[in-house]
Amino acid sequence: MPTTLNSQIPGGPIEKRWDDHRFSMKLVNPANKRKYHVIVIGTGLAGSSAAATLAELGYRVTVLSFHESPRRAHSIAAQGGINAPKNYQNDGDSVWRLFYDTVKGGDYRARESNVYRLAQVSGSIIDQCVAQGVPFAREYGGLLDNRSFGGAQVSRTFYARGQTGQQLLLGAYQALSKEIAKKRVTFYPRREMLDLVLIDGRARGVVARNMVDGSLESYTGDAVILATGGYGNVFYLSTNAKASNATAIWRAHKRGAFFGNPCYTQIHPTCIPVGSGFQSKLTLMSESLRNDGRIWVPKKAGDARAPGDIPENERDYYLERLYPSFGNLVPRDVASRRAKEMCDNGHGVGTTKLAVYLDFADAIRRNGADWVREKYGNLFDMYHEITGENAYEVPMRIYPAVHYTMGGLWVDYNLMSTIPGMFVLGEANFSDHGANRLGASALMQGLADGYFIIPYTIGNYLASGTFTPAGTDHAAFRDAEKSVAGVTARLLGAKGKKTVEEYHRELGTLMWDNCGMARTAEKLKKALTEIPLLREDFWKNVTVPGSSDDLNGEVERAHRVADYFELAELMVRDALHREESAGGHFREEYQTSEGEAKRDDEKFSYVAAWEFAGTGAEPVLHKEPLAFEYVKPSQRSYK
Amino acid sequence: MNFTLKIWRQPGRTSAGTFKQYTIDGVAADMSFLEMLDGVNQKLVRGGEDAIAFDSDCREGICGSCGLFINGRAHGPARGVATCELRMRHFTDGEAITVEPWRAKAFPVIKDLVVDRTGFDRIIQAGGYVSVNTGGVPDANAIPVPKHSAEEAMDAAACIGCGACVAACKNGSASLFVAAKISHLALLPQGQAERKDRVTKMVAAMDEEGFGGCSNTYACEAECPKLIPVTTIARMNREFLLAKK
Ligand SMILES: Cc1cc2nc3c(=O)[nH]c(=O)nc-3n(C[C@H](O)[C@H](O)[C@H](O)COP(=O)(O)OP(=O)(O)OC[C@H]3O[C@@H](n4cnc5c(N)ncnc54)[C@H](O)[C@@H]3O)c2cc1C
Ligand code: FES
Repeated sequence: MPTTLNSQIPGGPIEKRWDDHRFSMKLVNPANKRKYHVIVIGTGLAGSSAAATLAELGYRVTVLSFHESPRRAHSIAAQGGINAPKNYQNDGDSVWRLFYDTVKGGDYRARESNVYRLAQVSGSIIDQCVAQGVPFAREYGGLLDNRSFGGAQVSRTFYARGQTGQQLLLGAYQALSKEIAKKRVTFYPRREMLDLVLIDGRARGVVARNMVDGSLESYTGDAVILATGGYGNVFYLSTNAKASNATAIWRAHKRGAFFGNPCYTQIHPTCIPVGSGFQSKLTLMSESLRNDGRIWVPKKAGDARAPGDIPENERDYYLERLYPSFGNLVPRDVASRRAKEMCDNGHGVGTTKLAVYLDFADAIRRNGADWVREKYGNLFDMYHEITGENAYEVPMRIYPAVHYTMGGLWVDYNLMSTIPGMFVLGEANFSDHGANRLGASALMQGLADGYFIIPYTIGNYLASGTFTPAGTDHAAFRDAEKSVAGVTARLLGAKGKKTVEEYHRELGTLMWDNCGMARTAEKLKKALTEIPLLREDFWKNVTVPGSSDDLNGEVERAHRVADYFELAELMVRDALHREESAGGHFREEYQTSEGEAKRDDEKFSYVAAWEFAGTGAEPVLHKEPLAFEYVKPSQRSYK
Repeated sequence: MNFTLKIWRQPGRTSAGTFKQYTIDGVAADMSFLEMLDGVNQKLVRGGEDAIAFDSDCREGICGSCGLFINGRAHGPARGVATCELRMRHFTDGEAITVEPWRAKAFPVIKDLVVDRTGFDRIIQAGGYVSVNTGGVPDANAIPVPKHSAEEAMDAAACIGCGACVAACKNGSASLFVAAKISHLALLPQGQAERKDRVTKMVAAMDEEGFGGCSNTYACEAECPKLIPVTTIARMNREFLLAKK
């Protein structure tokens, strides 16, 4: 395992790096590709696009997902859109501008070379999706329509109503289905990867639990790709799907993959506020709504009048007031923090007072309700079903919620982790968004990784080494199976009093209160003492009924929550060590007089890559310095 | 609110199932149906009993994982929502609620309320795609698509593959599911090259999987959480006949 990080960033001018790198990488000749076998875990945008493309190239591909069908992956839920600097609107967009916006939006904590490459390949993603039959929104002339997202002053977001993720995922799923039909991909549904298998220091397979009959199965290959999504569910309440979890990346971390920037969490500003204690998840109201909705609170603290009774001059459209040039379209971290500040100062609305208004009255007056319905109808319907309120008549109530994790397994420019042969794509890696992701950039990154990056870089890895055949009868697989079975037995054997769900909620609250939107050293230290106590209690006192040789959701969740305890601790450590504010990581001690995040570039312009040193033991910090040659760091301004 | 629930319990694929009765109180009107079931499960788990197995994930009506047959209706009494979106305000206090899995020959029960819908995937594998590989495609704006075609294609593409259409149909037909994909791709220029082949293969796969035929009862349209219209089925039939010529 390496002790220093080599990010493999190519030299030369940034516009030429990816082209030069592609040229210098080794190729696997077409006839040899079928001799290599790649395992892909996950079928979201990143996993499906990678698996389909690798199979098209001729590799043999095995795909595992805990879902019943590849199409059910969490990517399906993305609403708002996907960015690409096509400049179809002739409004001054370019690869350079998307690159610049993303580095700045990430608060100068991302790798310039990766971001440039992302901007460069993103146009091809839109071409690819259209060719697959993705029904993007169009204008009357038949050409593609765009909308605007936060952190940008151009319209570069492509969308399919409020179901962009669904349509993109169906495109990738269909491409994958075509390869399954050709028998170049074998797909195993309802399989949860529970361990990574290394042979001679390289990733050579996984152990997974068959979730229908509970048996442990081993899969072997020449390389392993994790495309297993984000870990926002550490907080229990988030906009992520219920089953989204960190187990694949966490178990790989425990096998030696470094974890990059675990504390960078995105809190999305426009979600339906928490109602009551039984709530199982939070629902996002797409950021696209900020194109036409205006955010406001009553000027007077504690004003309990109905929104319609508050006259115009007694409303504070605080984002428009504070940020005249970006207005309601400031980046997410800024919008979330300001909403929290308004509520903390007594301007919150609704029964819990933890909400602000998102108002469409102006848009309806200007363009009519039908116009709004055509653009956002499904979101208004969703809001109505959940809250029982009609947002065409009363403003929506919204509040920030955990949404996305910029942190993830550390990868080099080739998307390879610190474990040779293990690649990480999509939200599961730490790569391109720095300390804050801009809206509509996750779909872009997942598909860039899968369609256009991994197909090249994995070839270079496979062509660079020789692979001794490693069957599933290898002792390393037996060891991994034994270790997984041991964890399951411990979980079933505790026979305590508290449910997995109760522990998860408790951990989530602890994390939200102490490692959420506003962090302080004091709160983080408190969490650092409380999490291990709760973890120890979990192992003694949890109850997991039923058996492990059966479809048993409690066993599945118990494994996931066990990992959350360890990951939560790492997130807190990372947040505590980063004595600055940057993007989604806001330390109250480090802010400007105007309440903006205050970075410390002297000390913290690096990626924190943590090495696992044992449960409860202090992890080892490795630093990858960040160099900004093209976008000079400055205090972000959206005024 | 309080409810008495009659829920289908079945240990495994080949074992026999029965209804079991459960009660739950303290249910709020804003709770989702699945949050109510979570509550029942928490009680069972605390008592050391096996939780009721059901599928769900996104809980916002888009992944198609959830699907319960509630009081004889796929996804319950509200129109245009999936089970996970359904709120308890659609029920009256004290009501008895019967919960069953999707029942169809092509969707065998795996456990309790969980069924095997992989037949849908195999139908898509038979031809529900455009055969383009990654790379080498034209610019996205090279082929204009009339707005109304794109909108109509999107209406069909909105299908979440939940299987409510099959569960609602007395024949267990997957016509609405298949027709939605056929329509989506037939309406776009990108889908033209394989148009005939696609419909022929997908319809054959649907039959092979053991889904029944369509006898125009329109139950599928009534229960579809995405309100996919039966006009897509008419289009599929037309496409099918044209392909044979
Ligand atoms: C409500 C919502 C709306 C969003 N809207 C937008 C948007 O408009 N624009 C945008 O750019 N981004 C958006 N995002 C973010 C974006 O959707 C995600 O970041 C992205 O889709 C993640 O894709 P992925 O392929 O990395 O992972 P996922 O789609 O999460 O897929 C993970 C896959 O891994 C599998 N998996 C995980 N663990 C295991 C395991 N241990 N064993 C086996 N399989 C496993 C799962 O089964 C699944 O197939 C949104 C996110 C949310 C929550
Ligand atoms: S849980 Fe995703 S559609 Fe219901």
